[in-house]
Amino acid sequence: MTGRIQVCAGTSGVSAGADDVATSFKKQLKEQDLDSKFTVVETGDRGLFRDVLVDIIFDDGTKTIYERVTEKDVQKIVDSHLKQGEPVKKLLVGKDYEQFFKDQERIVLQNCGEIDPKNIDEYLERDGYTASKKALKMKPEEIVEVMKGSGLRGRGGAGFPTGLKWQFCQKAKSDQKYLICNADEGDPGAFMDRSILEGDPHAVIEGMIIGAYTIGAKEGYVYCRAEYPLALKILRHAIKQAEEKGYLGNNIFDSDFSFHLHVKEGAGAFVCGEETALMASIEGKRGMPHPRPPYPANEGLWGKPTNINNVETFANVRHIILKGANWFSDIGYKKSKGTKVFALAGKVKNTGLVEVPMGMSIKDLIFGPGGGMKQKKIGFKAVQLGGPSGGCLPELLIETPIDYESINETGAIMGSGGMVVMDQRSCMVDIAKFFLGFTVAESCGKCVPCRIGLKRMHEVLEQLTDGQGTMEHLNFLKEMSQTVIDTALCGLGNTAPNPVLTTIKYFEDEYLAHIKEKSCPAHVCTPLVDFVVDESKCIRCGVCYNVCPADAIEWKKKETARINQEKCIKCKSCITECPVMAIS
Amino acid sequence: MTLDLSKAKKLIESYSGKKGILIPLLQDIQKEYGFVPNEVVKLIAKAFDMYPSKIYGVLTFYTQFYTTPRGKHTIKVCQGTACHVMGGKALLDYISDKLEIDDGETTHDGLFSLERVACLGCCGMAPVIMVDKEFYGGCDFKRIDQILQRYKEKEDN
Repeated sequence: MTGRIQVCAGTSGVSAGADDVATSFKKQLKEQDLDSKFTVVETGDRGLFRDVLVDIIFDDGTKTIYERVTEKDVQKIVDSHLKQGEPVKKLLVGKDYEQFFKDQERIVLQNCGEIDPKNIDEYLERDGYTASKKALKMKPEEIVEVMKGSGLRGRGGAGFPTGLKWQFCQKAKSDQKYLICNADEGDPGAFMDRSILEGDPHAVIEGMIIGAYTIGAKEGYVYCRAEYPLALKILRHAIKQAEEKGYLGNNIFDSDFSFHLHVKEGAGAFVCGEETALMASIEGKRGMPHPRPPYPANEGLWGKPTNINNVETFANVRHIILKGANWFSDIGYKKSKGTKVFALAGKVKNTGLVEVPMGMSIKDLIFGPGGGMKQKKIGFKAVQLGGPSGGCLPELLIETPIDYESINETGAIMGSGGMVVMDQRSCMVDIAKFFLGFTVAESCGKCVPCRIGLKRMHEVLEQLTDGQGTMEHLNFLKEMSQTVIDTALCGLGNTAPNPVLTTIKYFEDEYLAHIKEKSCPAHVCTPLVDFVVDESKCIRCGVCYNVCPADAIEWKKKETARINQEKCIKCKSCITECPVMAIS
Repeated sequence: MTLDLSKAKKLIESYSGKKGILIPLLQDIQKEYGFVPNEVVKLIAKAFDMYPSKIYGVLTFYTQFYTTPRGKHTIKVCQGTACHVMGGKALLDYISDKLEIDDGETTHDGLFSLERVACLGCCGMAPVIMVDKEFYGGCDFKRIDQILQRYKEKEDN
C-alpha cells in the first residue's frame, strides 16, 4: 500500500507536539523501509483544536483521520494501519470532529490543513495561480466591477466594500502606488489570519497580485505581527517560491505587470492594525494614526496612493475571480456576502476556526460547530464578539444572524471574527475592565479622549471590582463612553468603550450587584469573594482539593470541602475548577 | 564589559540608502545583542542623520524593543480574551510569584524574563504561555512548574 500522511502542524499543532509526531513518522517509515511508499507532509492547522491531527490517505482515496496523536502512537499506526490496513480505533476522530465541520462552508480555509504550505506545487494542483493568470488578462476596471458585484466587504473589522476601496485607489493618479496586506492581527481572541498564512500562504499572495494589478501597484507589503514566527517563516518561504516561478517580481506571467512583495515584521503595537498607524510603522516611525482625510487611497504610504486589505479579504479574492461575482454574492445574507471565519474560543466544547456562511445565527455556530458549552452544568452567559472594539451579547440575543448590520445593531461589531464564549463563571464587569485595560495599554497617546478618557474609565471600573463603586460611577461610565466615541481620533478610541456600554446595557444587574450588594455573582472579583464553600451546593468531588496550590483545602471522600482561610492565597483555582460553582 | 560594536556597524551599513529602515534595523540589532544598547542608538543617529530622541521614540513605542539586557529565556504570558476567561491572569501572578519578578523584569540569575502579552493568537488552547519561540497551551500551575523546571534543568546540564 502507498499513500500520504498529513500532520496538522500549524502553531496549534506544533504546541501539541506535531513536529515530534511528524519526525517520528519519518523515522518509523525509514526504519521499516516504507519511506518510498508513504510521504509525510506537514500541513497548517485545519481549525479544530484537538492536539495533533493526523490523516492517513491511501492512494485509492481512502482517508482516515486520527486525533490527539502523540509521538508514542506513531509506531502503532505504522504497524497496524499502514502495514496491515487495520486502523487504530482508539485514536479515530469522533462525533465532535464531524459536528465541528458539518455546518461549515470552507472557502477561505479550504486548503488549510489539507496542503503542504511549503510546497507551491500542491497549491498549483488546486487551481493555484489560475485566478491571477486570468485577472492579468482582464482590464483593471473589469476586476473592480467583479469585486463590487461580489459584495465582498473588508474582513478586518469595519466591513468596507472591497471593490469600492480598490476603485478609489485605481482611480488615483500617481507614478507609484502601494498595496498592503494587514496581518497585524492584534485583537485578543482572533487567530484566523495567522492560520491562513500558516496553512495557505499562496492564496493571500495571489489575492495581493490581483489587487496590485487592479490598482496599479508595483510594490506591496505584508505587515505581520512578530508574535507569529511560524506564519512569518512560511510566508517568506512562499514568496520566495512564487518569485522563482515568476508569479512575483518583474513581468509576472510574461506580462508587462511587475509586482514586488515584501514582508514587514511588526514590533508589538496593537494600534498598528489601524491603517494610518500601520503605514507610519512601515515608514519606520512610531505607529500613530493620523486624521483622515487624506485617505490612504490618495495619500498613503510615503504620501502615495495605497490600498490596505486584511489577510482574509485577500484570501477570498481568487475564488471570486475564478467563480464570478454572482457565485460569491449568492452565499451570505442581506448586505453581507460570502463566508466569515470565526475564531471560536472560551468556554465552548470545540474551540478553533470555523468558517460559516454569513447569516447563520450566533447560536447555531456555538451549538453547531462549537458543540455547545464546555461544562453543561454551568450555563451560557455571554458571547464576546469583535475583541476590544466589540461587545458582549447575552443569551437573549444569540439568535442574532451573523452579518455586519445585525451585529452592529446590538452594539457589538463583527470585527475580525473573534468569538469568545463565556459561562456563568465570567464576570461582565471584570470583562469590561479587562478590555479597557487592554485599550488603555495599547492607546498610542496621541489624542486626549483615548489617552485620558479611557484611563479614567478604567480606574472607575477598578473601583467597581474592588467593591467601592457608586451609582455615580455608573453614570460616569456611560457619559464618558459617549464622549470618547464621539471625539477620539481613530478606530481604536472610537470603539474602545463598546465592551463597557454593551455590558452595562445587557448585564446591568451585575454592575448593580457590585455597587449595591458589594458582591460579584460570578465569584471573579477577588475583593468581593469570601472563599467559602456552600454546603448545599458542594457535590463533595474533591476537585478543589486537588487543584489548590497552597494546600488550603481540607477534604475527605464524601465530605464537604472546607477552605482554611489562613493558608488560602486567593488564587481562585478552586473557583475556576469547581464544577457546580459552590465556592463563593 | 565593553560592547563589540563591529556587528552593529555592519548591520547599519547594510541598511544604508534604503527607506523605512529604522524598525527592521532595530529588530536586527536586537537579534544580535538581545537588546538595543545606548551606544548603538548613537551610531544609528549619526549614520542616518537622525536625532537619538527620534530613535528612542520608536524604541519605547513598540513593546518588543528592549533597552536593557534580557534574560536567557523570555516567558510571555498571554492575557488575551480567551486566556483571561480561562485563567491567564492567575498564571501570570503565579509565575511572577514563583520567579519573584514582575512583568518586564529579569530574574537575578539572568535565566528568565517575564512579559505579559496582549494575545498570542492561540486562543483555542487557552491559557497559553510562550517561552522563547515555543508555545505551551492548556497551562495550569502544575504544567507551569514542569515547563520552568525543564528550562532550569537544561541550564544545569
